[in-house]
Amino acid sequence: MDGREPDLDLATGVGAHLRHDSADKHVSGAAVYADDAPEPRDLVHCALILASIARGKVRVADLSEVRAAPGVLAVLTGDDAPGENNVGPVVHDEPMLALSRRPALDGTYGDVHFHGQPLALVVADSREQARRAARLAQISYAEETPLLTIADAMAAGSFIAPPYRMARGDAAAAIAAAPMKRKGGLAIGGQEHFYLEGQVSIAYPGEDEEMRVLSSNQHPSECQQVVARVLGTPLHSVVIEARRLGGAFGGKESQANLPAAAAALAARLLGRPAKLRLDRDEDMIVTGKRHEFEIEYEVGFDLSGKILGLRVEQKARCGWSADLSNAICDRAMFHADNCYALPAVEIVSHRCRTNTVSNTAFRGFGGPQGMVGAEHMIEQIAAALGLDPLLVRRRNFYAPPAIAAQSPAAQSTTPYHMVVEDCVIAEIVDELAQSAAYARRREEIAAWNDANPVLKRGLSLTPVKFGISFTTSFLNQAGALAHLYQDGSMMLNHGGIEMGQGLYQKVAQVAASELGLDIGKIKITATRTDKVPNTSATAASSGSDLNGMAVRDACRQLKERLTRFAAEKYAVAEADVAFLPNRVRVGAREIEFAALVKEAYLARIQLSAAGFYATPKIHWDKEAAQGRPFYYFAYGAAVSEAIVDTLTGENKILRADILHDVGKSLNPALDLGQIEGGYVQGMGWLTMEELWWSPAGALKTHAPSTYKIPCASDRPDQMNIKIWPKGENRELTIRRSKAVGEPPLMLAISAFTAIGEAVRAAGGDRFALDAPATPERVLAAIQGRG
Amino acid sequence: MSDPVRFVLNGELVEIRDAPPTMTLLNWLRETRRMTGTKEGCAEGDCGACTVATRAPGQGWLAVNACIQLLPMLHGRDVVTIEHVGAPYDDGHPVQKAVARLHGSQCGFCTPGFVMSLWVGYENGAPASPECVADQLAGNLCRCTGYGPLIEAAAAAAEERADPAPSPPDPPVEAESSLSYETNGRRCWSPISLAEAASLKAAQPEARLIAGATDVGLWVTKNGYDPSDMIYIGRVAELRRIETTATDTTLGAAVSWEEARAALAPLYPDLGELLRRVAGAQVRNAGTIGGNIANGSPIGDLPPPLIALGAKLRLVSAAALGLAEREIPLEDFFIEYGRQHISRYELVASVTLPNQAPGRLACYKISKRFDSDITAVLGCFRVVIEAGVATEARLAFGGMAGVPKRAMAAEAAMVGRPWSQATIAAAQAALEQDFQPLDDQRATSGYRMTVAKNLLQKYYLEMSAPETATRLVGRGAVSL
Repeated sequence: MDGREPDLDLATGVGAHLRHDSADKHVSGAAVYADDAPEPRDLVHCALILASIARGKVRVADLSEVRAAPGVLAVLTGDDAPGENNVGPVVHDEPMLALSRRPALDGTYGDVHFHGQPLALVVADSREQARRAARLAQISYAEETPLLTIADAMAAGSFIAPPYRMARGDAAAAIAAAPMKRKGGLAIGGQEHFYLEGQVSIAYPGEDEEMRVLSSNQHPSECQQVVARVLGTPLHSVVIEARRLGGAFGGKESQANLPAAAAALAARLLGRPAKLRLDRDEDMIVTGKRHEFEIEYEVGFDLSGKILGLRVEQKARCGWSADLSNAICDRAMFHADNCYALPAVEIVSHRCRTNTVSNTAFRGFGGPQGMVGAEHMIEQIAAALGLDPLLVRRRNFYAPPAIAAQSPAAQSTTPYHMVVEDCVIAEIVDELAQSAAYARRREEIAAWNDANPVLKRGLSLTPVKFGISFTTSFLNQAGALAHLYQDGSMMLNHGGIEMGQGLYQKVAQVAASELGLDIGKIKITATRTDKVPNTSATAASSGSDLNGMAVRDACRQLKERLTRFAAEKYAVAEADVAFLPNRVRVGAREIEFAALVKEAYLARIQLSAAGFYATPKIHWDKEAAQGRPFYYFAYGAAVSEAIVDTLTGENKILRADILHDVGKSLNPALDLGQIEGGYVQGMGWLTMEELWWSPAGALKTHAPSTYKIPCASDRPDQMNIKIWPKGENRELTIRRSKAVGEPPLMLAISAFTAIGEAVRAAGGDRFALDAPATPERVLAAIQGRG
Repeated sequence: MSDPVRFVLNGELVEIRDAPPTMTLLNWLRETRRMTGTKEGCAEGDCGACTVATRAPGQGWLAVNACIQLLPMLHGRDVVTIEHVGAPYDDGHPVQKAVARLHGSQCGFCTPGFVMSLWVGYENGAPASPECVADQLAGNLCRCTGYGPLIEAAAAAAEERADPAPSPPDPPVEAESSLSYETNGRRCWSPISLAEAASLKAAQPEARLIAGATDVGLWVTKNGYDPSDMIYIGRVAELRRIETTATDTTLGAAVSWEEARAALAPLYPDLGELLRRVAGAQVRNAGTIGGNIANGSPIGDLPPPLIALGAKLRLVSAAALGLAEREIPLEDFFIEYGRQHISRYELVASVTLPNQAPGRLACYKISKRFDSDITAVLGCFRVVIEAGVATEARLAFGGMAGVPKRAMAAEAAMVGRPWSQATIAAAQAALEQDFQPLDDQRATSGYRMTVAKNLLQKYYLEMSAPETATRLVGRGAVSL
């Protein structure tokens, strides 16, 4: 422990099972989302005109009917942007509106890179009018043959960046020398975020060049930059605000920029507040998704199942622009090992540029795809040796913390040369295998399968090790702003976004514990770029790690000032000032917290503090592909039991047992919610959620009627979820907690491998099974063809 | 002179005179009334974020999707939204308290819809077992929680429920009269008798008939559909009836999926499960059996089982003296994709099926998700076996052709043959003559054909070795 943690008996502090800060408002419909905010009288509404081809150029764009439609105030194209018509988050390679009024040198009016790309923006008095008018655009194209698949892009040499390589040791030689070797691979489908609240932004123009944008957005600071870029104004004139999001999951990190910038453009040009809220179908067509991957590997191993060498090739479909794909593909590489020590390894990543929507962040950020590849490899080794896959898993785990430092590099060092100092997976897996009766149930299921010709069951345990920190090191910083008022109440603000994960409540609990203040005295207000500037996205599971620490810093500053003041005023040593629940002990007397604050105010003590945090220890050398990209790792494991119908391929997850490490939980109730929700979301990704494009490159699964996320009955009938009671972060994170946003999603890899076990029990080729395991893919694998 | 649309909203009578008849309840609530507790998640009836409760006078509460309820459909009804269920920080309704206490909300956007679905279950006294609740919630999507706390909340709230649930007072609207609504050149009639409906259709043959608007509602929200004239038939008494005789059951065209399920599940358990899986509660409460037949979809879930049962369809039109009627076998209604055997003056009035068709009716719905998904392949089979020989076979499929269709070649390969594996193999081979299915986002042609064949095998197994476990969901499904 760092020795500075106050140990307060506060019912609403850190560790309390408090409900979500807005739970009462959620259940009564009183929680205000962006589209619920009162609408100014002169609000205008926007709608996008979308491209109807996947690749080519606009030959003629006749927008006269659009302009003439009832209620239409303006039709905006890319050249209407006073600044740069570009919303690319990292690379400026994404025109916001692809259509231009002035022809390019070749006489065309804009390049189309994917089916559904926004071309122009209709502004009208009502949303309905804007949407109706948008349908009236007459656009003709000079079509080109689109590159739609990974194979298309590989063949055409179409990439968003050159291939990237990570290696340690001589993998080729190790594989060549290994007693056993196998090749394998699989294709992994993408995933639509399906946040329940679609993309929405409302822009309010102010005086001079000011623009305030209410945006459903995970990354307000970046959104601020993009809006300023499009409007051609300094950053100081743009404010982005978000109180809560109706879900995001990565889908509102860069993808919220376009709606915000488009609304801001309309607001600027018309001088009126402007709203752009995407319809669900448009949202699914226009915004990026989880990357599809194709993974191929060759592994060499010994007769005990111990891996000796591994070569992996990962190909990702990035879509038409760079977006965040480089970082996502990096993270896929960082997780190609999962929990397994690889004595010699080479990982190569291909970032394919295709004429499809630009894929983006999604819970796990490439990590899940990398990890699915690792588990596929383990299953191959087990099958080759006729071993229980769990045995192979155990034999390859990274060395546990007690011996990591003394272990040979081969047992403790990742492919990116980081020593894994905190690998508690063996312990978690042992406990889970016990509590889930893994061995007994494997036997029971084998017997059941022998007796049942049509239905087959499978059981599988998979572990998770997930690296915590933005792998772009500079992003690992956060700010906070804390104001104490004269009544002893506190306004707290930080750069994190509340999107359902309970971040506001966790951070408020941190503040409560720091100051001994009941949580009812603390109000976290909407995240705004003018309160806390230069923030990072609420992403990479970092929300409470970063913002919790920044808030702690702010609270400690206030506490130090109050301590100094109290010591001086009451002539006691600073060491004799102690913060108790809602009171402060100053020497022999106890003072109400609020009273002390009031006294401090009268004594002209500053009662406002800006907190800051930067994650220590991390560094990354991109050229060498070496460093310590992660501050620490989060661990967990799950056992899933699946059943498949061998005549139809239909399948179902019957039971899941989960043991997950969240360190010392800031709020176990909220953490359990993340774990269950993550598992079910991951299960959806790997089983029923299928994105399907037409041969012409149009997404045909653009609505919940055709794109199926899990519903209530898909939840396994039995879910036994436990937070690992021994969990405690070795690093000095906020209260020794661990991040919990993304890691649990990957627990659902066990659902996919359990289906694989059932396919094997049916005499099929489990290694022919690609993800997602739809009935069609499962039936094909049962029949021995992928 | 236009009549106002009148309904009771949260206990207060409202009259609507100038909203377009295609305006959805959701848009009216959110945009006109600025009641923003009810959320739009998809505007197509598939996510349940906009769930509200409605009821007709004297009946139980129904959860429906406000996003595809057109305003005239609410005439004479009672509507309750989340704003009426409980206020924040008050002692809310038991379901609200349970959802909040048990961490059933995360981002909270779907939550009002879940609360409304749970509220309907609670107020109607519905069972709160996990299985029942999962079905009650099948039309509500949550992307955050994984559903466990919501299922738990239903049970926890039910423990507080007085038994039986107090029956709520009737809505104060007297609306047993027909409605003629007109605004800005857009008209909508809501007749209450079949004769009236038929004469309206005769006078306005281009008028769009709407019943549950679970299909037409999407044309409105997604394609800007804006018909001049609509006739809402959801209040036509004759079309709302379910009549049972000693031998037959007749379902009026405006009978909802849910009402049909309640009536037919005791007769044919597989059909009951199929009707459950058609959609979530909100769509089952709104969508009608007549609509599912009349729209001619190749993937409608009702025609195949009814064709397998030999159901007959009754169509009516206005005539000089009352109504002209004709009755045809349901299978003859479907001519080809997009074309049905119906004139522009006719209405689908009812469908009649036998109470006890010989042989066992089996229904197999294949889709990516079990609940509330559109069918990739639906196989509904009824084979009569006498003395080991198949004497009658009706093998009806959805998703295999441009229309719901019997597999005539496969049936021919069965009838008169011994009920054996060899006969099944012959019928499977014959399916290739019956169908050339399509590739689309739901399945490939190859899978559709393979699975269609395998479903015949499954039927054979279930008939010849009934102890074999063959189902993942529904009757006889394997559970832990």
